Amino acid sequence: MAAAQDLPEGTPLPHDAQLRPPAVAAHTPVANAGVKIRCDKVSAYYGDKQALHDITLDIPDRAVTAFIGPSGCGKSTFLRCINRMNDTIPGARVTGRIEIDGQDVNDRSVDPVVLRSRVGMVFQKPNPFPKSIFENVAYGPRIHGLAAGKAELEGIVEASLKKAGLWGEVSDRLHQSGSSLSGGQQQRLVIARAIAVQPRVILMDEPCSALDPIATARIEELIDELRRQYCIVIVTHSMAQAARVSQRTAFFHLGELVEEGSTEEIFTNPRETRTQDYITGRFG
Amino acid sequence: MQQHIVTSYEEELNHLTAEVARMGGLAEAQVADAVNAFARRDVALAAAIVERDQRLDALELEIERAAIRLIALRQPMAVDLRRTVAAMKIASNLERCGDLAKNIAKRSLVLAETDPAGPVTRSIERMGKLVSSRLKDVLDAYTSSELAGATAVWTRDDEVDEHYESLFRELLTYMMGDPRTITPGAHLLFVAKNLERIGDHATNIAEIVHYEITGEELAAAARPKTDALTRAETP
Amino acid sequence: MTDAPRDISERRLRRRHAAEARFRLYGQLAIVIALGFLVVLLARVVQQGYSVFWTHSITTSVYLDPARIDRTDLEGVNFDYLAAQNLLRRLKVQDDDLGLASGEAMDLVSRDLGYRILDAIKKDPSVIGKTLTFTVPVKANADLYYKGQIERATPASDRKLTDRQLDWLDRLKAEGVVRSHFNADFFTRSDSTEPEQAGVLGAVVGSALMLLVAALIAVPIGVLAAVWLEEFAPRGRISGFIEVNINNLAAVPSIVYGLLGLVLFINWLGFPRSAPLTGGMVLALMSLPTIIIATRAALKAVPPSIREAALGMGASRNQTVFHHVLPQAAPGVMTGIILSMAHALGETAPLLMIGMVAFTPGLPESLASAASVLPVQVFIWENAAEAAFHERTAGAIIVLLVFMILMNATAVILRRRFEKRW
Repeated sequence: MAAAQDLPEGTPLPHDAQLRPPAVAAHTPVANAGVKIRCDKVSAYYGDKQALHDITLDIPDRAVTAFIGPSGCGKSTFLRCINRMNDTIPGARVTGRIEIDGQDVNDRSVDPVVLRSRVGMVFQKPNPFPKSIFENVAYGPRIHGLAAGKAELEGIVEASLKKAGLWGEVSDRLHQSGSSLSGGQQQRLVIARAIAVQPRVILMDEPCSALDPIATARIEELIDELRRQYCIVIVTHSMAQAARVSQRTAFFHLGELVEEGSTEEIFTNPRETRTQDYITGRFG
Repeated sequence: MQQHIVTSYEEELNHLTAEVARMGGLAEAQVADAVNAFARRDVALAAAIVERDQRLDALELEIERAAIRLIALRQPMAVDLRRTVAAMKIASNLERCGDLAKNIAKRSLVLAETDPAGPVTRSIERMGKLVSSRLKDVLDAYTSSELAGATAVWTRDDEVDEHYESLFRELLTYMMGDPRTITPGAHLLFVAKNLERIGDHATNIAEIVHYEITGEELAAAARPKTDALTRAETP
Repeated sequence: MTDAPRDISERRLRRRHAAEARFRLYGQLAIVIALGFLVVLLARVVQQGYSVFWTHSITTSVYLDPARIDRTDLEGVNFDYLAAQNLLRRLKVQDDDLGLASGEAMDLVSRDLGYRILDAIKKDPSVIGKTLTFTVPVKANADLYYKGQIERATPASDRKLTDRQLDWLDRLKAEGVVRSHFNADFFTRSDSTEPEQAGVLGAVVGSALMLLVAALIAVPIGVLAAVWLEEFAPRGRISGFIEVNINNLAAVPSIVYGLLGLVLFINWLGFPRSAPLTGGMVLALMSLPTIIIATRAALKAVPPSIREAALGMGASRNQTVFHHVLPQAAPGVMTGIILSMAHALGETAPLLMIGMVAFTPGLPESLASAASVLPVQVFIWENAAEAAFHERTAGAIIVLLVFMILMNATAVILRRRFEKRW
């Protein structure tokens, strides 16, 4: 067995692998994978109140795009337009075009139920189902018919939990309740649940705001791994998190898309004064 | 630009900039005094310059500490980040300017013992005044966040180099002609070299100021090039 | 200088403490009073009814005189008279010409004896001529005397039993042919005109059948209606209107439902009166608003994050509700159902309206045959003339209360079990 000194300098040892902060490589984009989501003049209304004004934005595949902005600026609303979760709110109306892989999500022929199995969502407060850990992850594949039999279902559950970095911690207690896990573990369970249905896009609405810094770091590490495969959109209140985790950032204010660009640019040299004022804490 | 919501953050940034400005003033004074001490063979002034240099060193340390503290505790972004990094880099440049001025003063002490070299001394004095004014200009541009002044200093950076080139040839000629002038000639050469270095530092500071204000680096290729002998016409 | 404000604040503090102490006292007083009423009620019921749980039986032998028994018309033979004469002979009493003595003797033993003799002969006619021994309950008044509720001290004209009968009872007791034992008959027999033969079984079975019908109708309709109203119906004037009406219906006096049952089920649809089917349907109507309200409350209590999580996974509305929301709301729903059923169990007024007040001896054969229910049974017995029915009334009330306590306990246990799981 190789002694610790034989490993190259800087190689993480297994026991502290989980605690390292996300690698610097977070900001190297995966080879340009093209645009996954195209939004053109998207506006949203809650009754008479207009929450979004003509948002036009391209979201690339295999990358993390962060939406930042002060409270009430419409970033969560816009996120929920992508998977049509706003349909569940009475009085909500969306105009404009949102295309995922070239297909308009608001088209009549698109079933929101199927859409939501292709576009997964992770919420602010971890919300595992009040079922066992296994059932939580197995539910999605089951209702969408993704597994031919019990063995295949178990395989999917294991793979999803492994991808979410949770397998090692729960493999021996799959039949315990999902709510017996800690906050950070619950959020990873929710992510595993979202991954289990093989989505193309993962939407995250402030996934770490209810978690402590170490759990947050683990989730950020997970996001960094997942972005090599999925298109991830994350809404966050923490600019530091947006800076750490995303490759592209979009700044929203009062329902408008003020500025959008590579994360590095936005945080070192934004074009718009409003953007700069927000990220440097000059808003007032 | 609007104020920071957290006033102590605003104050810390302003304090940092103010300290750099103060250091700039001190460095400016050192350089100007060094040129004067050299030209007028003022021994007392030269000694004072040597002694004052430690204040510059101390200031640089202070500014560095303040900048690191700001980065750790405030996580500055965008313009604030550029401002903090700029402060650190400018302080470093100014400290070097100070060291170079001290060196000039030291050599002035030596040169004061020898015969005045006449026209060469006047040339060097002219060069010194040019460098001094460039330093002053760029520091003014920094203090008032004024882009044009910084860009102007940066564009005209070969003026100093030209001075140096011609002084170099002149001194070589003297030294080759009369071996007794080698010792003072060597000192004069170093003085000229130091002044040229100070000029480069002023150019560096101009680049840093440009980056702080615009967030973009000045590309050397964009600088209008001049040939060695003629002065550039700035576009 | 600083003492004055401190003094004032101290006084205020003391007043506040005093007010809090008074408030606590009021609360405790209120609880004591409420519990007091409960205790008084229970004590009264138990005191009146506990005696029904034991009874006295007499063991007597009867000589089946072939001369007195007409084999061709067994039904016409008065076996009780025969038995009474046997008893007189045993007591060494001569019957008088009017037959008063045998009449008084018949009055001491339950008429059940006659039927038992008849049954025995029918089963095996060869017993005629033999002497058979039977153990049968004593008649109601004799039982009351043994229990001390009829006293010699009362003047004879006010008493139900003559002095002679009391003497005979004492002698029989002394001779050891009268035994007191647990009154199993109370639980195994149905209503009867003779108190000593009356039991609650018929009423219990009737109640159970009725609750079954009510539950089978009200639970699916109520739960599904609540699910639709809460999860699927568009919010607006109409659903608000429906909600107000359901709340009002829950407060409608139950006798109005009885009227509705009378008009709708019995008169218009022709359902049989006094049947568990009709009673069950009336109770179903009555329980429906309560079940809907309880189910809606349970559904509202499910946090929206569960619905969002399910919807976000690509579950359809139906799947979200039936796979996630309803199971999570199950404890509350079940509690609501059980409580409304327990409430329906004790309802009397609507059942009186649909005629369930008839005298129904024996068990109901089907859902459509006449039956009685426990609360109505209590009502009937309370109005009966015989003194012995009083203890039976209280006994039936105790049975009813036990039934309700069991149902409530089940509700609590089921709820705890489901809540513990997740």
